[in-house]
Amino acid sequence: MASFTVVKQEEFEAQQEKGSAHVLRCLTSGLSCLTRQDGSVSLSQGDTTSIAVVYGPAEVRINKEQIDKATVEVIFRPKVGLSRPEHRKQERIMRNTLEPAIEAHLHPRSSISIIIQETEDLGSNLACCINSACLALLDAAINMNYMVAAVSVAVKENEDMVLDPSKQVEKEAKSIITYVFDSVNYQIVTIASTGSFSRVQHMEALKLAREASKSVFQFYRESVAKKLLMSE
Amino acid sequence: MFEPATEAKLADHCTLCVHRRGILTGQAGQYNHYVWDKSIPNVELSPLCSPNFRPGPPGEQAQVLSQNMDDLLKTSGCINFEDLCICPGKLSWVLHISLVCLDYDGNIMDACVLALVAALKNTCLPAVTVDEETGDIKTDPTTHTPLSVACCPVSTSFIVFDNNILLVDPTNEEEKLATGAVTVVAEGSNLVSIYKPGGTPLRDDQIEDCIDRALERSLEAARLIDDTLCSIDR
Repeated sequence: MASFTVVKQEEFEAQQEKGSAHVLRCLTSGLSCLTRQDGSVSLSQGDTTSIAVVYGPAEVRINKEQIDKATVEVIFRPKVGLSRPEHRKQERIMRNTLEPAIEAHLHPRSSISIIIQETEDLGSNLACCINSACLALLDAAINMNYMVAAVSVAVKENEDMVLDPSKQVEKEAKSIITYVFDSVNYQIVTIASTGSFSRVQHMEALKLAREASKSVFQFYRESVAKKLLMSE
Repeated sequence: MFEPATEAKLADHCTLCVHRRGILTGQAGQYNHYVWDKSIPNVELSPLCSPNFRPGPPGEQAQVLSQNMDDLLKTSGCINFEDLCICPGKLSWVLHISLVCLDYDGNIMDACVLALVAALKNTCLPAVTVDEETGDIKTDPTTHTPLSVACCPVSTSFIVFDNNILLVDPTNEEEKLATGAVTVVAEGSNLVSIYKPGGTPLRDDQIEDCIDRALERSLEAARLIDDTLCSIDR
């Protein structure tokens, strides 16, 4: 198991008390945490945790077969109960985000399935799920065009920006915007938002999230490096 | 009961009909924000509108669209849900919103939002009197008060074609060829939501361009809705 900490929890809390919460919460990952899957990871961002597993390239159901590329399937499982429309929306966002990132044309007539299980939602759940899915793809050694990193930004009532908001901040916030960036040019892959915001706030949040995404990519690199070191 | 219905038509792409109904519900002991959960819009994509849809339970697209409408209604603040309260803790109006697609030719999101907002603005609720002792509810169908709608969010959709060309108001055929999509919902000079579910990565200036156009269109569309509502004779 590889784990790496970006910001220590105590430091984060201290910084959040000061009001300038322009840091990501503590990131920890356990690569290959399960044994039967091709790739698996459990990722925590602060207290928000999700488990993602990848199977593939594997055999595909005949009705889903595509002759020129692999079929990418993303299944999101909520913590309790059956998936509701809000989970379907989240699932769709994740599928559309991950599908172009995977080099599907390398494995025609096969399937790559990604299953994401939410284990604890304490803020920035979508971002955590996307990040864990990307790490699981890396763990399964699936060829990718680029990696993706998701970062949430909350805009508070008093116009303050909070990076990687916790559940409490999310509840009080005026709006929450989740950005996903690619690892090549740091361009925008996905934007999902709730609540209204101004154009200037969007620009500011985008800038903040882009800077933060770089540390997420760095975290990916160190997690994989640690895993490889351990397997030697 | 007053049942307004509006039809939104974007060029000859997509015809949509919203049919709304205010229903009185007696929920003793429930809080008045009970209505918050009781105003879930439903988008119906039946085989009537396109051969792509099968009969049966709603597919993924319909579920995602319903969720988008729900998010929009609750986060844009166009309706103050407290206005729907009749007797605090006991009675409130419930808005049943069903959006039925009649002719599917792409850009369903824009048509849905337009129809939703127009229908909300066209809603009148009859006066209600409650007998304190017997708890009888009486509605007076002769006096109507229009529902107050604070703002008018307008959605504008774009697709990304060939990884760098942005097209506004896509048809069904264009959507099938697209490598990505962006939907910007604007209200006045504010943004209610930016929704880009994956696809090709875009540069900042491309997103900015989308926002510019969406802001411009939102004013035009809002004016159009107001003009249309003025011309209806009640």
